[in-house]
Amino acid sequence: MSDAVLDDTSLPHDVSTFDKGYLGDGHTLRSWLLTTDHKRIAILYALTLTIFFFIGGVAIALVRIELVTPAQDFVTADEYNRLFTLHGIIMVWFFLVPSIPATFGNFLLPLMIGARDLAFPRLNLFSWYLTVIGGAFTVYVLLAGGVDTGWTFYTPYSSIYSNSHVIAAAIAVFVAGFGTIATGINFIVTTHTMRAPGLTWFRLPLFVWAMYTVSVVIILATPVLAMALTLMMAERFFGVPIFNPQGGGDPILFQHLFWFYSHPAVYIMILPAMGVVSEVIPCFARRRLFGYDFMVYALVAISVVGFFVWGHHMFVSGESPYANLVFSFLSFVVAVPSAIKVFNWTATLYRGQITYEAPMLYAFGFVGLFTMGGLTGLFLASIPIDVQATDTYFVIAHFHYVMVGGTVSAFFAALHFWWSKITGRMYPETWARFAAVLMYFGFNFTFFPQFIMGWAGMPRRYGSYPPEFQIYHVLSSAGAVVLAAAYLMPLGYLTWSLRWGRRAGDNPWGATGLEWQTSSPPPTHNFDKLPTVERAPYDYHPEGYVETGEAARTIEASQKGGEQE
Amino acid sequence: MRHFIFFPPEASVYARHVDWILFGLLGVSAAIIGLVVALLLVFGIRYRRGSRAPRGPLPAWVSRDVEIGWTVATLFTFVFIFWYATASFLTTIGAAPNALEIHVVGKQWMWKIEHSNGVREINELHVPIGIPVKLVMISQDVIHSFFLPALRIKQDVLPGRYTSESFTADKTGTYNLFCAEYCGTDHARMGGSIVIMKKADYQKWLDAQPGAENLAGQGRQLFVRLGCAGCHFEKGHRRAPDLAGLYGSYVELADGRTVRADDSYLRDSILQPKRDIVAGYAPIMPSFEGTVSEDQIFELVAFIKSYSGDAETTQ
Ligand code: HEC
Ligand SMILES: [Cu+2]
Ligand SMILES: [Cu+2]
Repeated sequence: MSDAVLDDTSLPHDVSTFDKGYLGDGHTLRSWLLTTDHKRIAILYALTLTIFFFIGGVAIALVRIELVTPAQDFVTADEYNRLFTLHGIIMVWFFLVPSIPATFGNFLLPLMIGARDLAFPRLNLFSWYLTVIGGAFTVYVLLAGGVDTGWTFYTPYSSIYSNSHVIAAAIAVFVAGFGTIATGINFIVTTHTMRAPGLTWFRLPLFVWAMYTVSVVIILATPVLAMALTLMMAERFFGVPIFNPQGGGDPILFQHLFWFYSHPAVYIMILPAMGVVSEVIPCFARRRLFGYDFMVYALVAISVVGFFVWGHHMFVSGESPYANLVFSFLSFVVAVPSAIKVFNWTATLYRGQITYEAPMLYAFGFVGLFTMGGLTGLFLASIPIDVQATDTYFVIAHFHYVMVGGTVSAFFAALHFWWSKITGRMYPETWARFAAVLMYFGFNFTFFPQFIMGWAGMPRRYGSYPPEFQIYHVLSSAGAVVLAAAYLMPLGYLTWSLRWGRRAGDNPWGATGLEWQTSSPPPTHNFDKLPTVERAPYDYHPEGYVETGEAARTIEASQKGGEQE
Repeated sequence: MRHFIFFPPEASVYARHVDWILFGLLGVSAAIIGLVVALLLVFGIRYRRGSRAPRGPLPAWVSRDVEIGWTVATLFTFVFIFWYATASFLTTIGAAPNALEIHVVGKQWMWKIEHSNGVREINELHVPIGIPVKLVMISQDVIHSFFLPALRIKQDVLPGRYTSESFTADKTGTYNLFCAEYCGTDHARMGGSIVIMKKADYQKWLDAQPGAENLAGQGRQLFVRLGCAGCHFEKGHRRAPDLAGLYGSYVELADGRTVRADDSYLRDSILQPKRDIVAGYAPIMPSFEGTVSEDQIFELVAFIKSYSGDAETTQ
């Protein structure tokens, strides 16, 4: 690629990234561990979550190796059960739930609304410590021999029968949950009270709206998870009969509580991703986001209706058929605003000036995979289809399309889009594009076969299986290798770019958000002069698109890089 | 066993019906995803940077009308799918009368199956073709799930409560049986097969099984052995109610409620007699929780169902 030199001329050539802006504000461990700067806390989160992402990844790699052959021959059945449980717990609570909010939300929310920090900077640091303490419990569980309940902790298996470290695992999730709640409260208060002059609610970027709505969902849903886990621990530890029918309890009650949290949790994981994509697509299409108001209403509608569909996880649990009907209907209803969002992203491209840098490629991947995930969600909302598909690989494929194809793609879109803001350096474009495409194909390669075998009857959580499913497992495991490579690549080239990456200007994408008005990396106090806002967001102009200054040169440079192929 | 499977076998009318719903959904989804991908491609290429396509602004009304248009269209499509998928499900609520009842007990990690004529099997379920079958299921420990992919049915099997699933098979063969709810170490091995047989073959198979008394007969012996008879076969029924003709009738309880005596009621009467006290009787019946296993409860219940009062005359 063409490496036009765009060095920030205000600094000598050899000044490292780590000496600028908030990054230069102290290099001691103490300056990091006791920081209350939202940007540094975001970095702490990013490092923590990256570690967990790779632990969860190793767990599933071992699972995928086991599944290459039908027999239980690589690990024992008990080890297998512990591996998929660990994968689920870590990926859900120590990666996906905090991923975008705790890293990009933390970093960007104050910048995007023109504030100097979050409303409660010390609470913010405390949230990170809670996540770390929760993470420490998880690591303890891992070292002590694991937990084998599945990430769903169904009773009475978890509360009575399991011989594994259920309590420690539940505490891990419980504590991390409070970290998330604290972040949610912080975001809500910040959005309400600290917006720049002129930044009215309907001038907020969609990413801010996404952070706001997700925070509301977090603080309403997560306490229910805490309750469910507390009751489960009370039964396991003190023998209080709550879920165990032998003491007069009801095991299904746990499922109601659990899914009352965990269905909204799906939205906790996907709303931030929608926020990211709503920033990226207008920027690279150079066009105002289509249907801004409707995009906001859709976020709100999803958050509200999302609380009333939990029963669709329990169609075969012995729930009343009439309750099933209502939950099925509402599940179709909640899909409407998601569909609207997909249409709006697509329509934003219409009459744009589209370029395809890595963030845009990831965003395109997101739209495609999320649409697949959403549509297969309709299959599962249909009762007769769900009866066959639930607890099979069909469900596994469905939620990986949403959570991994959707959220993780958006996470990488965000990482590349704001990388220059966070570090002051550009990532290498060619590598990044390659990784984005590879991730897309690796993903489909891994998860598409799972739809087919799931419908054919392959149950989830099986370490051994009838031979007729082998071909699909082999494909899936092979795809996982490709996917793993695609995840490792950014780790390599992004780290490389910290030292050798091209210096980015303050606004290499010519983007309109307030975060682009300050320097890259931003100073600790974010803005030298707090901005005021006079316009609606996404003030992009596709017609006769001419960009001035540094931003234009960067875009030109990466553009040439793209068109040489 | 087969070495490759693309689409699961269909062993009932219902299974074929479900597949039609699946195909319908696949059609609609293909259309939607086709539309989205086509638009992404067309816009993505036509409006790539520097292309000569016109870029003028859109009139304000376009956005709102288009928005309302596709919201309504999506809503209609989704509600239509809901209706299409649900209509067939509604007809399956409630099992066929005179179904062949088979009892299933799930435990870590096996399925115990009891036919009404006393034949038992483990991890295998033999059923005849063309006759409605109703599985009445319960778990002895954790939650399991009885999954028969070829019949497109699955139902969680709960501890402490009966659940059931019904089907009428119409294709002979041996098909997968899985436990679909994670239940611990050997969850993956908690399965076997369902063998669907021609009626004559099924009869032959039944006859070849080691001769056992039918379930009701076994229940009757148990009823005497556990001491139930001491109270319930007593002449005049002053201490304990008469169980003849109880099943399916409505029972008046001491607290004024009236309940139907179904399988769950009988089970609860044995395990938690203090919960529903029959009107006019003292709560003296002891609980048999922990004394009788789920299989034995099936036998006792089978006996009570079949019992018509012959003991009065013989005792
Ligand atoms: C000590 C005497 C006694 C014994 C032994 C006893 N029962 Fe009972 N049973 C009663 C009484 C009294 C009632 C009515 C009060 C109540 O509902 O608890 C009753 C009620 C019932 C009912 C509900 C009857 C109705 O009309 O609704 C069933 C079913 C039943 N018993 C089954 C059994 C079985 C099976 C056993 C043996 C495992 C058994 N009983 C042992 C005394 C006894
Ligand atoms: Cu859900
Ligand atoms: Cu199981």
